[in-house]
Amino acid sequence: MTTLRDRLRNAFFQVPLLGWFFGTLTAVFLERFLGTPVAEALGLAKIPVLFGCDIILKDPQRAPGAVAYVLVIYVLPILCVGKLTASLANRLAGRLLGLSAGLSVIFHLALLYAGLHVWSEVSDYRILTLKLTLIAIMVTLSLNIINGYMGEFSCSHPGFMALGAYAASVFNLTFFVNHKLFGPSMLPAGLGPFMFPLALVVGGAVAALGALAIAIPSFRTRGDYLAIISLAFMFIVKSMIENLEIVGGPRGLSSQPDWADLPTVFTWTVICVWIINNFVRSTLGKALNAVRDDEMAADAMTVNTRRTKIVAFLFGAFWAGVAGGLFAHVLRYVNPSTFGIQKLAEVLAMVYFGGLNSVYGSIVGAVSLSLLGEALRPLEMFKWIIIPTLLILVMIFRPTGLIAFREFNVLHLIRPKL
Amino acid sequence: MLHVKEMTHDFGGLRAVDRYSVEIRAGQVRGLIGPNGAGKTTIFDLITGIYKPTEGHILFDGREIGGRFPYQIAAMGLSRTFQNLRLWRHMSVLEHVKMARYSKIRYGLFGAFFGTPKRQREEREIEEKAFGLLELLGIGHLADQAVVNLPYGAQRRVEMARALASEPKILLLDEPTAGMNPEELIQMMEIIRRIHDEFGLAIFLIEHRLKMVMELCEIIQTLVFGQVIAEGAPEEIQNNPRVIEAYLGKEAVQ
Repeated sequence: MTTLRDRLRNAFFQVPLLGWFFGTLTAVFLERFLGTPVAEALGLAKIPVLFGCDIILKDPQRAPGAVAYVLVIYVLPILCVGKLTASLANRLAGRLLGLSAGLSVIFHLALLYAGLHVWSEVSDYRILTLKLTLIAIMVTLSLNIINGYMGEFSCSHPGFMALGAYAASVFNLTFFVNHKLFGPSMLPAGLGPFMFPLALVVGGAVAALGALAIAIPSFRTRGDYLAIISLAFMFIVKSMIENLEIVGGPRGLSSQPDWADLPTVFTWTVICVWIINNFVRSTLGKALNAVRDDEMAADAMTVNTRRTKIVAFLFGAFWAGVAGGLFAHVLRYVNPSTFGIQKLAEVLAMVYFGGLNSVYGSIVGAVSLSLLGEALRPLEMFKWIIIPTLLILVMIFRPTGLIAFREFNVLHLIRPKL
Repeated sequence: MLHVKEMTHDFGGLRAVDRYSVEIRAGQVRGLIGPNGAGKTTIFDLITGIYKPTEGHILFDGREIGGRFPYQIAAMGLSRTFQNLRLWRHMSVLEHVKMARYSKIRYGLFGAFFGTPKRQREEREIEEKAFGLLELLGIGHLADQAVVNLPYGAQRRVEMARALASEPKILLLDEPTAGMNPEELIQMMEIIRRIHDEFGLAIFLIEHRLKMVMELCEIIQTLVFGQVIAEGAPEEIQNNPRVIEAYLGKEAVQ
């Protein structure tokens, strides 16, 4: 067994990220042009929408067909193309990196986006799942700043998301849409898509303002205060929105303009990951770790601990607000009950499952739990047994999460592997 | 440079420090000895702003620092180490030393968020300085290690390098040789001498091991129950009957 594992590892060890992207692109194009005939040949009604999971769980008789489909369309092409183009991809990656690191990163991101775009075009369900997964990455990462990097325990992220979602929605509905609650549009609707980033930033800023209300009283001392105050904050925001008739009250707010398309969500996720990763790797950001590990020592080493904590908390809240704004515009409907305790459990699970103090971890946690949640959907009730069990197992065997305390070094990721 | 005047501190009804005064001039090496629980560490905590003195004044370069936040006092040039090592367990050696330059960082949040060229430049400068300090203390080869993996003596050195990184004028060392074997003790004395010569900074030293204070310090104070019972050059302290009494008991004097 070990020899087989070693041989597999040796065979694919030299494939750089670029090579895997080539493989993925091949696979998604293959699915696009040959997906339907292959699926029919394997006895499936249509292209399995999420790697065949739904078919396997709903209709076990067709499981072999679904597995074969995944093998033929995804696994084999990715492995073969990855392996075959390895030397070419290595040379290309080396050349790009030599030219300019920024250019190389952008090239990789473009390939990643192309892969996701072609993959998701197959069905609306895929587009929606992908967008929500990207938003989950932003929310998880922003909570990881507070619960992971800073080591406090905050429960208010759904509240921040709600503030961001409503603020961005109200902004857009007031200025660019003829709405029954907010009257006729004040600016030409054509301007809207260009102002969408501003709307999201407004959402983030409102969330950060809400965070300030928590931060000022609860960062005077250390301990469980933040957990309690932030939990209360979440409920206050929820019931406040439920009682604000001007934004629709418990019925929610709808008809947001359809500006959160896949490129927009993808771009914002990339910007979010980039900025947060920049921050946590700087000495100013590492101060969070110092405060977490020993606040007194941090203080004695010239770190302004209170300011550090407040800034990080507002920063995390800002990104939760931006994610909330995107969330509202992806669904084009928000409702206060979305941002309750269940959302909180979901986000906390993603943070602790993926790994504390780690950008990798947050990405892995958000993607795996989002996709798992979708994949296990046919199981209905049992989904809520399987996912928590998984979480408990992770907590037992890796108490800090799957990929904790690992630095996310993009240049390391994209370099050629010779 | 540092002038503590009649500083008193009460913990509830307990007077931990009683009208304590000291004056430290630039480049001076001073020692503070005394039995356990005499209030030595409390004095350090008061000077570095962790506690606020009940009464009295602490002047640093002529400015009152009593009641300021610890990070402000540290940034002014008063750095310390801790008796029971306070290292950050998830951070590397290099990150420890870089962190102590926090107050000198000028790139701000904007630089931190967007990775501006200014930030890259500053981070590189900080890193070079940190490496220099680590080399000086003989732990340059450990820069990328996590501190929790290091032996005790090396952890002490990391703490020392971290305290020096903020470019202090006075370094407060709280029992730098606690828990060390004789060999490590001699190395630590060598290090303290080296940093004193290299940076010309004043050192205020709490120590249990008399050998070390006697060799390093110009003036020594003896503290018992929060009060200074003797102050003077090492030889005077060594032969002072009250000091011997405090350390060894009354019978030993008789």
